[in-house]
Amino acid sequence: MTSPSNSFDDGPFLVVDDLSVRFPTSDGVVSAVSNLSYEVELGKTLGIVGESGSGKSVSSMAILGLHDRRSTELSGSIRVGGDEILGKGEEAMRALRGNDVAMIFQDALAALHPYFRIGKQLTEAYLAHHPSASKRDAEKRAIEMLDRVGIPQPDMRFKDYPHQFSGGMRQRVMIAMALINDPKLVIADEPTTALDVTVQAQILDLLQDLQREFNSAIILITHDLGVVAEFADDVMVMYGGRAVEKGPAKDILVRPEMPYTWGLLSSIPDVEADTNAKLIPIAGNPPSLLNLPSGCSFHPRCPHTGKVPGNLCSTELPELLPARSGPTHFKRCHLADPEAVYREEVLPEIAPDLLEEDR
Amino acid sequence: MWAYVVRRCLVGVALIMALTLITFALFFASPVDPARFACGKNCSAEQRDVTRAALGYDKPFVVQWAGYLKGLAVGRDFPLDAEQRAAAPDQVTHCAAPCLGYSHLDSKTVNEMVADALPITASLAIVALVMWLIGGVLFGILAAIHQGSLIDRGVVGGTLVIYAFPSFAIAVFLLQYVAVKWGIVPLPRYTEIADGGLWAWFSNLLLPALTLALLYLAGYVRMTRAFVLESLSEDYIRTAKAKGLKSRTVVFKHALRAALTPLVTMTGLDFASLLGGAIITERVFTYHGLGMLTVDANNSSDLAVLVGIVLLAGMIVIIANIVVDVLYAYIDPRVKVA
Amino acid sequence: MTDQSTGGLPAEEQREAVSNGEAKTSAESLENLIDDSHSAAMFDPSKKPVLTVTDLKMHFPVKSSGLLRRTVGHVKAVDGVSFELREGQSLGLVGESGCGKSTTGRLITRLYDPTEGSIEFEGRDLAKLSQRQLKPRRRDIQMIFQDPYSSLNPRHTVGAIVGAPMVIHGTVPKKQVLKKVQELLEVVGLNPEHYNRYPNEFSGGQRQRIGIARSLALQPKVLVADEPVSALDVSIQAQVINLLQDIQKEFGIAFLFIAHDLAIVRHFSPEIAVMYLGKIVEIGDRESIYKNAHHPYTQALLSAVPDIKQAQTGGRRERIRLEGDVPSPVNPPSGCHFRTRCPIAKEICSVVEPPLLQIDQRHKVACHFASEVGHAPERPVTAPLLGVDEYGAPDPGASPAEIPGDGPGYADTWYDLANNTRGRA
Repeated sequence: MTSPSNSFDDGPFLVVDDLSVRFPTSDGVVSAVSNLSYEVELGKTLGIVGESGSGKSVSSMAILGLHDRRSTELSGSIRVGGDEILGKGEEAMRALRGNDVAMIFQDALAALHPYFRIGKQLTEAYLAHHPSASKRDAEKRAIEMLDRVGIPQPDMRFKDYPHQFSGGMRQRVMIAMALINDPKLVIADEPTTALDVTVQAQILDLLQDLQREFNSAIILITHDLGVVAEFADDVMVMYGGRAVEKGPAKDILVRPEMPYTWGLLSSIPDVEADTNAKLIPIAGNPPSLLNLPSGCSFHPRCPHTGKVPGNLCSTELPELLPARSGPTHFKRCHLADPEAVYREEVLPEIAPDLLEEDR
Repeated sequence: MWAYVVRRCLVGVALIMALTLITFALFFASPVDPARFACGKNCSAEQRDVTRAALGYDKPFVVQWAGYLKGLAVGRDFPLDAEQRAAAPDQVTHCAAPCLGYSHLDSKTVNEMVADALPITASLAIVALVMWLIGGVLFGILAAIHQGSLIDRGVVGGTLVIYAFPSFAIAVFLLQYVAVKWGIVPLPRYTEIADGGLWAWFSNLLLPALTLALLYLAGYVRMTRAFVLESLSEDYIRTAKAKGLKSRTVVFKHALRAALTPLVTMTGLDFASLLGGAIITERVFTYHGLGMLTVDANNSSDLAVLVGIVLLAGMIVIIANIVVDVLYAYIDPRVKVA
Repeated sequence: MTDQSTGGLPAEEQREAVSNGEAKTSAESLENLIDDSHSAAMFDPSKKPVLTVTDLKMHFPVKSSGLLRRTVGHVKAVDGVSFELREGQSLGLVGESGCGKSTTGRLITRLYDPTEGSIEFEGRDLAKLSQRQLKPRRRDIQMIFQDPYSSLNPRHTVGAIVGAPMVIHGTVPKKQVLKKVQELLEVVGLNPEHYNRYPNEFSGGQRQRIGIARSLALQPKVLVADEPVSALDVSIQAQVINLLQDIQKEFGIAFLFIAHDLAIVRHFSPEIAVMYLGKIVEIGDRESIYKNAHHPYTQALLSAVPDIKQAQTGGRRERIRLEGDVPSPVNPPSGCHFRTRCPIAKEICSVVEPPLLQIDQRHKVACHFASEVGHAPERPVTAPLLGVDEYGAPDPGASPAEIPGDGPGYADTWYDLANNTRGRA
C-alpha cells in the first residue's frame, strides 16, 4: 500500500471539492454539509468558524472517515495528498487516520480514555501505524513526544492516568498523541475552548511551534474569532452547512462582506475595544439542518435583506463569488456593495474607535 | 487502601451483629416452639425441657443473642447447659468459631451441615457465573456493535424469551429432555473433583449450572449491550478510532474496558445473592447444596439451621460488597478508596 | 418557534429597535449611543452598597486516608475576600478555573456555609443566619447558572420551573402564578404561550432565558450570574448579555457577574475583581483594570486573550507568557500566592503576603511591586506600610501603618505609587 504522501506532488495537501454530507433520518434528511469546497496547503492553517450545527465539525469527520458509514450519504471529493479518499474502504481509511491525518479534540478529559495510562494510549497510537516497531521503541517515541509538548518529567508522567493531569497538560498529551506519527494534516477541533486564557495562550504557542517544526497543514475549528485572527492564514465562515465567506484571515476579519460574519464580529466584545462599542446580537437562532431556509440560509436572521431588490434573499441561494478586497476572498451574499454597508452601518456601532483611526 | 478495607470490615462486623439480632428477633416472634421441633416427634414434656435447656431456648432473648455472638467469635460447646455437659461428657459437641449453631434434629453442628452443602452450591455458582458472564458479555457486545440490525433484534428478542420462561420450567426441560429422553449428557449427579477429576465435576454441573446461568444471562446480555453502547458513544472512543486503531481493538479493548466497571459491580452482588436461584435448581436436580439444605430445614422447622443459613448468606453479601468496592478501585483508576 | 430577539423587550419592539438601529446613519447612531442600552455599562459611585462582603472564607476540609479520617488540611477555595456591590450596579469576578470565583458566588447565595467572614445585606449578616432564618431572605439574592441544559429539570414544564419560587415563597396568590409566569416569559423574550412546554423543546439560548425568568420570579435585589453565557453559541451570547443589561436597568438589580471571559466581563461590569487562588489580587473600575492594571497576574491574563485586531498585522501578538499551572489550593505558595508564576517576583514575595492596597480612587491591588507592565519598582512599595525591609524581614526602625483601603469598599485616601505618599480625591 502506498502512503498518500508519497504520490503527492505540489499543490494543496488537502482538497475538499463540492463535499456534501447528509444524514437520512426518520424526520427527513439532515443536510449537515452542502457543496463545500476548500483546500489547505502544507505549513498553512485554515480556520473554520461557525456555530454549533454549522457543519464545521462534520466535514472534518468525513476527512477522517469517522462518520457512521451506514447512516451517512457523502458526495463530492476529498483528496488527501492527491489521493481521493471518498469511497475508500474502512481498512484504507484506518491506515490514514492518526497517520497522515490526525485529530486534536476539544475536551481532553473526555477524549482520553479514563482507564488507560497515557503512556499506553500514546504507544498504542504509534504501534497502530508502526506494526513492526517494538514496544520499547514506541515507549521511547511516546516519552520523546511528551517531552516535545512540554510535559515535565515525561518518563514519570508516562505512567499516569489522564485525570492526574491538569487541563492544560492533558491538552498537551492530546497534542503529543496526535503528532506521534508525524501527520501531514492536523485537524484541531476547538483545541483550546475548555481551557483558561493563559493556558490557551500556551497551547496555541505550542501548536504554532510544532507547525513550524513539522510543516504540517492545520485545520483549526473554532468559534473564537480572536484565536483565528492570531493563528489562521485563511478563514472559512460556515453557516447552515455551507461556506458563506472564505479567504485570507486579514480580509475576512478586517473587510468582511457577509452579514453573518458581521454578526459574529458584532456579537462578541473585545478586551481592547472602545467601551462605547455595542453588542449587536444576531437575532433568532441557528437554522435547523432538517429544514434549511430557502434562498440564502441566513436571510431570516439578516437585517440587510431590505437592501436587496425583490425577495432575492429568500428565493435564490447566492453563489460563493469573489469579494472586492482580493481575488482569494469569496463571499455568499446578494448585497450589491456589502463593503459600503459594513463601513457605514456596522463598524460605527461595533467599533467606533476603529473608524476614527481610519479617518 | 488498607485503612479503607479495615474500616469497611469493621462496618461489616457491625452489620453482621445487627443481622443476627434481626434474625433472632424474627425467629423469636415465630409462633412455633423451637424446642418442640428440635426435639422431634414423640417428644415428652421432660425431653422437650431438656432440649430447651440444651439449646439455651430457656434463656432470655438477649442472653441467647449474646451467646450466639460468642459462638460466632470464639466457638462454643453443645449442649449449652453446663449440667448436661457434665452429665454426659461423651455427647458434648464442640462447635468451633465461627459457630453458626447446632441442629438437634440432625445432631450436627450447622457448620458441619454447611460444610457438606457449600461446595456443591459454590461449584454450581461458579460454573453458572462463568457461563452467564461469557454468554452475557459476548451476546451483549454482538448486539451493541450491530445496533438496530437483525442480529441486535434477534439477540434482544432471545433474551425476552428466556426472561419469559420460569427457572423451574427450564430446569425440568433440561433434565427431562436433554439428559433423560435424548441422553445428550448423562444424568447430572454431583461429583467432587477429588473423586472424579475436573471433567466429571464439570460435566455433571453442566445442566444445573446452565439453568442457573440462564436466570441471569438475559439480564447480562441487555446490560452489557447498554453499557457498551454507552461507552461507544464516548469521546474517547472517537479518539481511539481517530488514532487509526482496528475496530476490534476499539470495541474489545477501549469500549469493553469502560463497560466492565458497572458489570463487575453487578456480578459481585448477583453472585452473592445466588442462593435464591440455587434453591429451585438444586431441588430439580436433587443436588444437596445450600438450597436444598434451606428447603429441608424449612420443612422440618429446624430453626438453628435456618438462622445459620440466613447469617451465612448475609455474610457472603457483606463480603461481596467489600470485595466489589475494593475491586472498583483497581478497575477504575479515578476511584480512590479512602 | 418564535423568532427570539435581542433583549428583554417584547419581541415586537425588539425587532423594531434592531431594524431602526441598522437603518440609521452613523451620525445619528453616534448620538443614539448615549441612551442606547447595549453599550458597556457605566460605573455610578452615587449608588449605595447593597451587599458588603468582608473577609469571606470557605475552607473545605481534606480528610486523611487513615483509619480515623482526620482532617489533615483545607482547600482554601475562598480565602479572605472583601468587596461591595452597589445598588443596580455590577461587579465582575474574573479568574481562571479553581480561583474561587464560583465558590464566592455560591457563598453569597448561601449554597455553601462560609467558614468565616460576613455577608452584609440590608443590615443583616447572611453568613450567620441559619437555613431556617435564611429562607425568607433567599428571595432577595438569586442565581443564574452556567449550564442551561442541566440546571432545568427536564420533567417540569417551563411554567412550573419559573413559577416554583413564587409558590415556595408564597409571594403570589396561587391563581395569579400563571399570569406572573407569562409576564416573566415575556420579559425575557420568550413566547408567554409556551409556559406548558418542556425545556427540551427550547434551544440553549432560550433555556438560559428560562433560567433568567426563574431567577427574576422573586424580584431579587441581587443576582449572582455564574458564567451565564459560556455554554452558549457566540451569536446567542450577545442576546443573553443584552437581556441581562435590560433587566438590570429595568429592575435595578445588582449583579455579581462571574465569568472567565475577560471581554464579556469588561462589557457587562463597570467594576471588576480579579481572583487568584482564593484571593482578590486586583479590584477596580473598568479603566483601572483594563487600561491600567498594576498586578502582574491581571496583566498576564489580559495579554493572553486572543485579539481579533491582530488580523490587521497577522501573527501572534507579543504577550506575557505565564509558565506552568495554578498551584494546588490545598498547599498554596507562601507569601504571595502568585509568586511561583510571577515574572517580577522577588525575595519579599515568598515571605510576606501583599495586602490589598488602594492605589487610586477606585483601584486596589495586592502586589509588593505594583506597577504598569515593564515598570516594576526596584524596592517593594508595600514594605514601609508593613514595617518590613525590602526582603520581608521585620524592620525594627519602621512601624506598620494602616493599609489604605483595608475594607470592602474604597477609602477616600489612598497610597500614591508615584510619590509614595497618601493621595486624596
